[in-house]
Amino acid sequence: MNWQRTVLTLIVTFLAVFCQAAINAPRQWLGAQVNVLPPLVVYCAVNTEVATLTLVAVCGGLWSDTLSANPLGISVLPLFWLGLALHRWRDVLLRELAYAQCVLGLAASLLVPLGTLLLLVTAGESPLVGWGSLWQLGVMGIGGAALTPLFFRLLERLVRWFTHPPAVWLSFRSDREIKRGPF
Amino acid sequence: MSKRLQHVAFGLVLLLVLALLVLPERTAAKLKLAIGGLFLPLFGLAGSAQGLAHHGSQALVSRQALLRQVAQLQEENRLLRAQVQQGDLALRENNRLRQLLGWQQQSRWRVTPARVIARDTANWWRTVRIDVGQRDGVRPDSPVLAAEGLVGRVSEVAHTTSCVVLIGDPKCRVAVVVRETGEQGVISATSRGVLDHRLVDLTHLPRNCALKPGQTVYTSGLGGIFPAGLPVGAIVDAQSRLYGLYSEARVKLAVDSSRLDEVMVLLR
Repeated sequence: MNWQRTVLTLIVTFLAVFCQAAINAPRQWLGAQVNVLPPLVVYCAVNTEVATLTLVAVCGGLWSDTLSANPLGISVLPLFWLGLALHRWRDVLLRELAYAQCVLGLAASLLVPLGTLLLLVTAGESPLVGWGSLWQLGVMGIGGAALTPLFFRLLERLVRWFTHPPAVWLSFRSDREIKRGPF
Repeated sequence: MSKRLQHVAFGLVLLLVLALLVLPERTAAKLKLAIGGLFLPLFGLAGSAQGLAHHGSQALVSRQALLRQVAQLQEENRLLRAQVQQGDLALRENNRLRQLLGWQQQSRWRVTPARVIARDTANWWRTVRIDVGQRDGVRPDSPVLAAEGLVGRVSEVAHTTSCVVLIGDPKCRVAVVVRETGEQGVISATSRGVLDHRLVDLTHLPRNCALKPGQTVYTSGLGGIFPAGLPVGAIVDAQSRLYGLYSEARVKLAVDSSRLDEVMVLLR
């Protein structure tokens, strides 16, 4: 496991959750707050190992629930399920293309809130939902789709800055040196 | 190997979530506050940055504008002082009459100003976090106000921060009275208020009530959490339900919670 990538992703997740709680502009202008966790989970699912994905889903979900009236831990499962599903199929995803990242971010940002709402209702809570929630879901989906490629670029850049580049093996091997000469 | 790892991770996460969801309410709230403490330095930093920006913008205001503002504030101060004196006289008279009648004295409320530092990360709850807590004497269920009227009540209290459930959240119900007609009811959340934060339902009204748009709604003091007489909002429309069995009204809240920056917490 590349622990530097894991730590960097966790730090970005922590700051992103804080920004989601502290920045009120999207809620004021669009009537809904964009969820930053699904795009981050998409990044982890297609670029990192299961351990990093698990840590981001668990810590991100707990941090988000802490700053919300959600029961503690309810956001973790939808994030982790989605991340695991993407991780299983990541070899067939065009993960390096921006539009593929957008589509994945859109799908994740729609599925995670729906999963969380389903769990909330199952747990006996009564969240505030109505026809207006469709608009909120749309804002979250589009916001998530826009954020996903940004997180991909940001995290890749941070990883490049703070980690060692992978060792490159030279094609030259001393035991296969061809000695030329008269004999 | 990878698939086995995925299964192990899935099992561990499922166990963790189940363990967290079955925690007793009080333990879960304490755990939430403890984890939320991680964000305190960031909230402090954001508050300082906001303060600096505010001071910076004030430094750019012209002297003339400031002098005009000072004169305006002095005038307002004189008016308010006169009103306070009248209020004090009325309060003393009220207390004396209560003593004569042998009624219980009403305890006076202290007001603590607070700043909104965060909002709920989920779109289906209406809660905010404020920068006062146990250290400042805040307790669960303390009423929270803005200059325009009632905002909500404190639900969870940490050492330096508190969580406020706003009116319009399913977990905040307020007993109210319509000032013009004297009809009493309960303010509760409405699904129509998902996008319009200021819209709530007024339920538990008597049938054949004669509510009209524009009539004002105040807290009734019933329920024991909110003191009587705090402005809540105004009636938008009223309808009878289930063939006239009961009535419901829509109320537009006096406070726009989406633009809330500063609030006051009432403390006994």
